[in-house]
Amino acid sequence: MWQYEKKLQYPVNIKNPDPKMAKIIISQLGGPDGELAASLRYLNQRFAMPYAEVKGLLTDIGTEELAHVEMISAILYQLTKNLSTEDIKASGFDTYFVDHTTGIYPVAASGTPFTATYFQSKGDIITDLHENMAAEQKARTTYDNILRLADDPDVRDPIRFLRQREIVHYQRFGEPYRTR
Amino acid sequence: MDARRTLLRRIKQYDFSLKELNLYLDTHPTCQRALAMFAKYKKLREQAISEFNAKFGPLTPEQNTDLQRWDWIADPWPWERS
Repeated sequence: MWQYEKKLQYPVNIKNPDPKMAKIIISQLGGPDGELAASLRYLNQRFAMPYAEVKGLLTDIGTEELAHVEMISAILYQLTKNLSTEDIKASGFDTYFVDHTTGIYPVAASGTPFTATYFQSKGDIITDLHENMAAEQKARTTYDNILRLADDPDVRDPIRFLRQREIVHYQRFGEPYRTR
Repeated sequence: MDARRTLLRRIKQYDFSLKELNLYLDTHPTCQRALAMFAKYKKLREQAISEFNAKFGPLTPEQNTDLQRWDWIADPWPWERS
């Protein structure tokens, strides 16, 4: 079972709203290589995992990904605070706003709603671990692309933290191959 | 394994009481009776968790106290029959 802790894994303090940036970053919530897909991937896969070390790894990384879902959501919340109608129209955020106002809803940057087709749970440990390593690299690339598009240091700082976690998770998922 | 299961069942009962009181307190934050019951079960739970950790190992990564080995990963996991 799970217990919630009332804190973010890494701080998010964005002074200037930027709905255009929110429209891009939302892909790491509900997009093809986002944090929600990551969490569900690992927390589903762990039931088919025969090795205790990797059951632990999938549980612990799947749990950390939930904290990343919360961080991305906090970024989106702060980027879309106190918007004027002009801000919403000029930024292109209007296509999201019409369906969700400024509520948090998992979609890709394209507007496609989240779908379980973004991840696999194959019941085969070699397949699943390769899926996970690829997924971590794809998420890392997405964070690199966000960093190419984001100028605000308040946004870049937590995004760089999340990018770094993808690299650590990739490393950990590769290690079960060599320990047996 | 039976002693483990019995103690774990007791922890689950405390957890459930605390969860119910938690939800109730969310909408009744000044209810003195519920606050007192929460404190009571929290204490009972803490004692049971300490006993479990000493006898059977950790239920969370933070409860891993063995300095020789990371017992957190040890089988069985909750979805496995034991």
